[in-house]
Amino acid sequence: MNNSLLQVKNLVVEFPGRHGTLRALDGISFDIAPGEILGVVGESGAGKSLTGAAIIGLLEPPGRIASGEILLEGQRIDNLSSDQMRPIRGRKIGAIFQDPLTSLNPLYSVGRQLTETILAHLPMSAAQARRRAIDLLQDTGIPAAEERIDHFPHQFSGGMRQRVVIALALAAEPRLIVADEPTTALDVSIQAQIISLLKKLCRERGAAVMLITHDMGVIAETCDRVAVMYAGRVAEIGKVHDVINHSAHPYTAGLMAAIPDITQDRENLFQIDGTMPRLNAIPAGCAFNPRCKRSIEKCRQQRPELMDAGASRAACWLHEGQA
Amino acid sequence: MTATPPLIQVSNIAKSFDVSAPWLNRVIERKPRLLLHAVDGVSFEIEKGKTLALVGESGCGKSTVARLLVGLYSPSRGDVKFDGQDVHKVLETPPGRALRRRIQMIFQDPYASLNPRWTVESIVGEPLYEHGLITERVALRSRVDELLESVGLSALDRLKYPHQFSGGQRQRISIARALASKPEFLVCDEPTSALDVSVQAQVLNIMKDLQRQRGLTYLFISHNLAVVRHVSDHVGVMYLGRLVELADKQTLFAQPRHPYTQMLLDAIPKMHETGRARTPVQGEVPNPLNPPSGCTFHPRCPHANERCRAERPALQWLGGVRIACHAVEEGRL
Repeated sequence: MNNSLLQVKNLVVEFPGRHGTLRALDGISFDIAPGEILGVVGESGAGKSLTGAAIIGLLEPPGRIASGEILLEGQRIDNLSSDQMRPIRGRKIGAIFQDPLTSLNPLYSVGRQLTETILAHLPMSAAQARRRAIDLLQDTGIPAAEERIDHFPHQFSGGMRQRVVIALALAAEPRLIVADEPTTALDVSIQAQIISLLKKLCRERGAAVMLITHDMGVIAETCDRVAVMYAGRVAEIGKVHDVINHSAHPYTAGLMAAIPDITQDRENLFQIDGTMPRLNAIPAGCAFNPRCKRSIEKCRQQRPELMDAGASRAACWLHEGQA
Repeated sequence: MTATPPLIQVSNIAKSFDVSAPWLNRVIERKPRLLLHAVDGVSFEIEKGKTLALVGESGCGKSTVARLLVGLYSPSRGDVKFDGQDVHKVLETPPGRALRRRIQMIFQDPYASLNPRWTVESIVGEPLYEHGLITERVALRSRVDELLESVGLSALDRLKYPHQFSGGQRQRISIARALASKPEFLVCDEPTSALDVSVQAQVLNIMKDLQRQRGLTYLFISHNLAVVRHVSDHVGVMYLGRLVELADKQTLFAQPRHPYTQMLLDAIPKMHETGRARTPVQGEVPNPLNPPSGCTFHPRCPHANERCRAERPALQWLGGVRIACHAVEEGRL
């Protein structure tokens, strides 16, 4: 456990408001080993992007970390001031966001944005930084990088822009990359290109990735381990193969069955009735119990913590007493 | 094929948009007129009670086809026949109202397609009232209740406003509204792409059940091939404004013939084969303002030859499916 790159311990994120405080993340714990790709999957509002934002230190006020710890290479980063956080963000943690158009500055050429990032974090001359920027663009598969470096974001297509964003995230050789829905805005054929690029570059450089997405297919082909989130908590965490093929938590199992499968025909899709609870109305006990077909009395009263459940770990009372 | 003519017959329909610079710039800077051929000669038919799905990447013209079919756009050429009548001609005449009642549409974004200041009752009841199907208040209310229950909502929901519902519930309200006038044909433009998977499953199941109960005919637009496999009977694959392959579902998924269809199917991540890398396709969709010569797919196609670069392939019957590809026609593929 101690050699993990990132450790998140019992993270609680709250949003104070006029009608009381909303608990958006409620005791999240996981860790990422160096060079590992961890997928974080869940439906809208499950708290996956918020987890990413908390790690990068970009929680939107009034959101705040109420308790818990985030440790990067053994050092706490959740209580740093924004000035102390700035050299870590970019140097040690890179970020890739969903929409490549809004994460680039439209008024600067991509070369300027890249060299700015490189110069901010690495001791280099301007000429060296430009050379490095061109190399980065080449590595991300942008043709004619020497020419393209002086172009502006609007002159790139969506897929090419996302390559620039990846180059930007990798610019200072971070140890961890937080990628929040990096391919959601892209078409499937481009999605495949970007995912394999991200995977290849991170493997080559030994960077760990936290890949946040709602697309189980992307998780399946990319990640080593996956955390399934539901209503601000981790419902299940384990090796991708185990979680997909032998889901321990009824929510994970339902989620898997609800995804239309390209390889087989089914008359009706399995459906999980109801919707995810709103933050101000999270049921007592297990948050999933009103929608769960296998819920027992204990589910309605006591909240389950992550426990060993076969090959993975799940927050579900059905696995109590299993070793 | 069958004795009864298909409900929908689309022949060689096209839609171009004028995207030229303003007149003054054209005169001073000698810029030419610029036409974007969003849909360029598409033909298909849908039999009663069946679902045709159109798939393709962004900008391939699938939503434009949807809008042409319901009469939101008028075609630049070609025509759409619904039950033997030319839709765009009839819609201009007084009997057009009766036709509008029979064709309805479900839009992609349930947050934008419902009026936030109307109650659900007004939203779902409007088509009934507007088409003069029900004029009495009490009868209208009970019909709205019935419609809401048919899509799995509660009758009490009619007093609420759209913001009180989640995305999936809103999409059910859209479906209830589309069903209000008892249409025979529903055009669904990406009805589940704004929804989470568990909610998507609920909406897709409702749509299938309603089709079985009421014999509805669907045109289903989607970019998600897995969803398409689940809902459709026939599938049309579009690329840059044209159909490249049109086949029944089983054939298309078991044996994709067109290189673009094969590429799309390969590009989908397979859930149960963890860690298997996809073979990413090279290249991107070209600019539709300046499409490549010949077959528009040739710059990305591994089987392209001289003929593909020069001559545009027509959609033709080859081995039980309709396909536009020189390589398949010549037996190279």
